Amino acid sequence: MLKIENLNVHYGGIHALRGVNMHIQEGKIISLIGANGAGKSTTLKSIMGLVDKSAGSVIYKGEDITKAQTIDIVKKGISLTPEGRRVFPDLTVKENLLLGAYLRKDKAEIKKDLEMVYGLFPRLLEREWQIAATLSGGEQQMLAVGRSLMSKPQLLMMDEPSLGLAPIIVKSIFEIIKEINKNGVSVLLIEQNAKAALEISDYAYVLETGTVVLEGPGKELITNDQVRKAYLGA
Amino acid sequence: MSKQKKWLLSCIAIAAFLAIVYVLEATIPKSSQWSMLFTVLEKGSIYALVAVSMNLVNGFTGLFSLGQAGFMLIGAYAYAIFTIPVEQRAAVYQYFDGGLVQFTLPVIVSILIAGLVAAAFAFLIGLPVLRLKSDYLAIATLGFAEIIRAIFQWNTLGPITNGSNLLRKFYTYDSALYPIIACGICIAIIVLLINSSYGRAFKAIREDEIAAEAMGINLFKHKQMSFVISSFFAGVGGALLAMFQTTIQASAFKAAMTYEFLLIVVIGGMGSVTGSVIASYLFIACREWWLRFLDAETYIGDFKVPLLRAGFRNVVFAVIIMIIVLFYRKGIMGTNEFSWDALIRWFKNLPKNIKSIPGRIKNIPNKFKRKSKKEAQINE
Repeated sequence: MLKIENLNVHYGGIHALRGVNMHIQEGKIISLIGANGAGKSTTLKSIMGLVDKSAGSVIYKGEDITKAQTIDIVKKGISLTPEGRRVFPDLTVKENLLLGAYLRKDKAEIKKDLEMVYGLFPRLLEREWQIAATLSGGEQQMLAVGRSLMSKPQLLMMDEPSLGLAPIIVKSIFEIIKEINKNGVSVLLIEQNAKAALEISDYAYVLETGTVVLEGPGKELITNDQVRKAYLGA
Repeated sequence: MSKQKKWLLSCIAIAAFLAIVYVLEATIPKSSQWSMLFTVLEKGSIYALVAVSMNLVNGFTGLFSLGQAGFMLIGAYAYAIFTIPVEQRAAVYQYFDGGLVQFTLPVIVSILIAGLVAAAFAFLIGLPVLRLKSDYLAIATLGFAEIIRAIFQWNTLGPITNGSNLLRKFYTYDSALYPIIACGICIAIIVLLINSSYGRAFKAIREDEIAAEAMGINLFKHKQMSFVISSFFAGVGGALLAMFQTTIQASAFKAAMTYEFLLIVVIGGMGSVTGSVIASYLFIACREWWLRFLDAETYIGDFKVPLLRAGFRNVVFAVIIMIIVLFYRKGIMGTNEFSWDALIRWFKNLPKNIKSIPGRIKNIPNKFKRKSKKEAQINE
């Protein structure tokens, strides 16, 4: 579905990504793990066209989107839930969700998807008219995920959905990710919480200082010594 | 309250307001001191329109733009140039052989042209300027307004702009109802825009540019749209101001004028149309009418009241804005809008609120304490 080849990104003088290769298969959960500063967020941002790539190519469904604008990438069905949630604090929950569907014109379908999101997160329905800033961290994460779903993505990319959340809420967020995936959305997940991510993912990549050092099915990586030492603290 | 009922109530309120203005206009003689009321209504409406247009860019889209006076100037001139009657042009453009433009257009068309010309200028300067952020954008737009003012005073353009001389004798209205209705319609259009999905996108940009971009909102296109629309209405406001003043001169559209609108937007609340409208009328009423006495030397018997002299009004305004920034940072309305429900609630809670005023005054020193603690934390 999405093929990334030899992706390179420079931030000024810093070489943040040094030739990343990844392959995301349709209908799967793929996770990308690694330490702080390894280049995980940069990878997602460069797929979205939010940062400039210095070399490499991104192929989505056989189409080259390396140089495409963010707006066109969203239209093609890729959606990003940015790191740290980044909901629009002074807008209501409903307004936040509708902004996720900004590029869509089919009003009836948008309404259906709104109900789908409320079905997934009943808490959001309860707080439909509340200002997003007044939600708790977990609710804001639900809102951010719901907002991404409103663009009706085929590929949902999530940047650290468990950041700063209580363990019980992290668990429910991961349950939701599985459910979203079951509905036919491919997921690319970035996580610090490597164990939880590897458990639910079909395939995983380990990123270190801008290159993929290890890859394999999620369940295999959990038992991999190198991964255990570096990321699972065992 | 049901939606239909609210609509009905709003329509009745608007009709009643217009009827009262009509009756007052017919009964109050021009010589009475109460005729100031019409100055406030007319100028207040025009200021409300420009303040709301400024709020669209500054409050709703989060762009710190200070070019409003420049766009008003363009609108005012465009309007005046196209509506001076042909037979009067020789007198108006006396130093430029009657000027270049030798035709007049209908008033409504001229007002629209005033807006469109301002919008076209906004589009052009928006191309480079809107790529700047925060303070830099403010400086660039402020500079633009000053440059425009200088260009319109330039003698070489005299056949069109009449150089630094007055433009006069153009068509003006004869009833306060005209500017009130015109501004009302324009503000209603802006409100419709803000409540549309475009308005949501503007607010998203204000709140978080990166998240907005990730939603597929084209940042530049939407900033440009907000800026151009705001300038269109500033241009219309300029045309209406020209009618109100009956004469215009480029030198009047100084940066100080933009600051007046900034003051109104801040007092009313960044991101509240209602706030801007209320603050406009308040500001104009204070400046033109209620606080006039501050500028006049006053004697009580033989005692000369200290401080009262020409210019003291501005000192009072400076103090008011300081008080607002310190204690009332969100302005009159914050980001809230008028609603019948809120109005009814406000009246219900009024007795309780009045009772709590002494307590709140006692709390003011605490406010200072808390703030300084917070600041200390930041400084650490």
